[in-house]
Amino acid sequence: MSRIEQRFAELREQNRAALIPYVTAGDPEPGATVPLMHALVEAGADLIELGVPFSDPMADGPVIQKACERALRFGTGLRDVLAMVAEFRKSDTTTPVVLMGYLNPVERMGYDAFAETAQAAGLDGLLTVDLPPEESEDVVGLLEQSGIDPIFLIAPTTSETRIDHVARAARGFVYYVSLKGVTGSQSLDVSALSARLDGLRRHTGLPLGVGFGIRDAETAAQVARVADAVVVGSAIVRLAEEHDGDGDGFARAAAAVVREMRSAMDAARSPGAPATV
Amino acid sequence: MNKIDWAAFPDARGHFGPYGGRFVSETLMGALDELQQVYERYIGDPEFMAELDHDLKQFVGRPNPLYHAERLSRELGGAQIYLKREDLNHTGAHKVNNTIGQALLAKKLGKKRIIAETGAGQHGVATATVAARLGLECVIYMGEEDTRRQSQNVYRMRLLGAEVVGVKSGTRTLKDALNEAMRDWVTNVDDTFYIIGTVAGPHPYPAMVRDFQAVIGREAREQHLAMTGKLPDTLVACVGGGSNAIGLFHPFLGDESVAMIGVEAGGDGVETGRHSAPLCAGQPGVLHGNRTYLMEDENGQIIGTHSVSAGLDYPGVGPEHAWLKDIGRVDYVSVTDDQALAGFHRLTRTEGIIPALETSHAIAHVLDLAPEMRPDQSIIINLSGRGDKDLNTVAEREGITL
Repeated sequence: MSRIEQRFAELREQNRAALIPYVTAGDPEPGATVPLMHALVEAGADLIELGVPFSDPMADGPVIQKACERALRFGTGLRDVLAMVAEFRKSDTTTPVVLMGYLNPVERMGYDAFAETAQAAGLDGLLTVDLPPEESEDVVGLLEQSGIDPIFLIAPTTSETRIDHVARAARGFVYYVSLKGVTGSQSLDVSALSARLDGLRRHTGLPLGVGFGIRDAETAAQVARVADAVVVGSAIVRLAEEHDGDGDGFARAAAAVVREMRSAMDAARSPGAPATV
Repeated sequence: MNKIDWAAFPDARGHFGPYGGRFVSETLMGALDELQQVYERYIGDPEFMAELDHDLKQFVGRPNPLYHAERLSRELGGAQIYLKREDLNHTGAHKVNNTIGQALLAKKLGKKRIIAETGAGQHGVATATVAARLGLECVIYMGEEDTRRQSQNVYRMRLLGAEVVGVKSGTRTLKDALNEAMRDWVTNVDDTFYIIGTVAGPHPYPAMVRDFQAVIGREAREQHLAMTGKLPDTLVACVGGGSNAIGLFHPFLGDESVAMIGVEAGGDGVETGRHSAPLCAGQPGVLHGNRTYLMEDENGQIIGTHSVSAGLDYPGVGPEHAWLKDIGRVDYVSVTDDQALAGFHRLTRTEGIIPALETSHAIAHVLDLAPEMRPDQSIIINLSGRGDKDLNTVAEREGITL
């Protein structure tokens, strides 16, 4: 059983939704990332999504664009990010780590070299936002051989026939993009989300994670009632901007947000909480 | 070279060999499917094509001439030089051939809002123009650096009723404008049509833009045959994203005797690293929805480009060019900023035609190429745009205050 499957199985047992914080590797400086990952786990993260900095993050809003720019000041590249994963794995062998980014750095490193290095580092999944299943057949095969789950997105605009196609290619969990827009956008409609997730469950037995637009503990709690995982990116990454040059300060602030979301999400799933929104 | 069925490319999923494809976030996949369906339905539809032809004739002014540049030919003492006068189109460049076509598709899809990216501003102007004519809301994304270099075109777009958004992220040039346009599209995908200005981006854009621009080559082929009784020996066009070049080249691909040369922007010289010549000095990668040649560092980060012409200042290139390079059907070369400026002045003084700085790259290459050819041979240069927009840049470079 993969680390991702194991983690979702445990959470299901406990009737909890996974909390998945996203941070951009190397932001605000390369030395900050591994301690930050440990601090997020300590604060209640179940899985970590580690962003690979890219010069042209087309699917991201201004918060994560700036995070990429801060990380790229130090030239943080994909090999550096995989080294961070390996370092994290030395003292945490159970928390799954998924890389999230764009295809070109992987393409440049080479798919074989990436799969081999990532497996050795203890990486669990790869989500490349600009790689739809149609273009991914070769990559998916290589990743699977290396025990790395290809994570795919489903969007509000994804048609019924495509949902099947995406669900067949996906492993680990399915990432549902909760709104039309870039990361860090506003206003998530939780009741529409709930209906949409019910529809998706007819197509896949994989856990359903929801991301884009989850800004605070209240929204995280609402989403936790209907989804298997809550992904939080910009709401954490924006704190790095306030703590530029201060990795410890960023880790403390990020951990505080994660802790608050964790307890709100757990309360929302507790027996006394209302069953629906 | 084996016989290639040029009409079979791209394949059904938009691939030109290993290049092209559709590398975008999931949210856009549905919109691209929809666009592909509407494009495939109408591109062969006689009624649609008649509407397009009517607009190209009555609004754009097509067909434009194939002009025999006799004085330049004589001075260079080699091949006969012919200029395909895309600079005489309404709005002053080839860009409008494509915006007319895509705007008609937008209308078919019932979209109320048009967005576009622009570098030199020519595509932005061509888009704002068709949006004004059709009464559509229009937003143009332009790198802040380019809004400074091309302030006249910014004003022109605003006069036409477009909102021009200066993009402050990244290198603040064309690639960042494209990123921002993609972000807009993903947010407003229900009511918005994205008119990409070049033969790049996710499928079906490279094929669709090529098909709208191929009118250049169809006309030029017919005109050259009528004027000389034979096919040209060589075609030359500048290549940024590559839409004017593919527009000229594509109808000639099956004519094995016709050589083709794409001229990239060499900036300060390819050896300096300060250039915009991915086909000459880049390597394959994935950006802006397609796999193609890119300028990138060892980590796969896209690197800053440089060219005196804003329209060529882009780190990628259309995927069909990447493929045509690999199979050897088209040669790609580069000329420097200084050479392009020399080409600009030479054509202006010899033929009384002020070319765009982008186009001046193609001219600069012909200044070297034509003397090596015989007077009974011929070259067609795609005169892709006029130079009015570049007067400030040229004057500034030469220390002249207007």
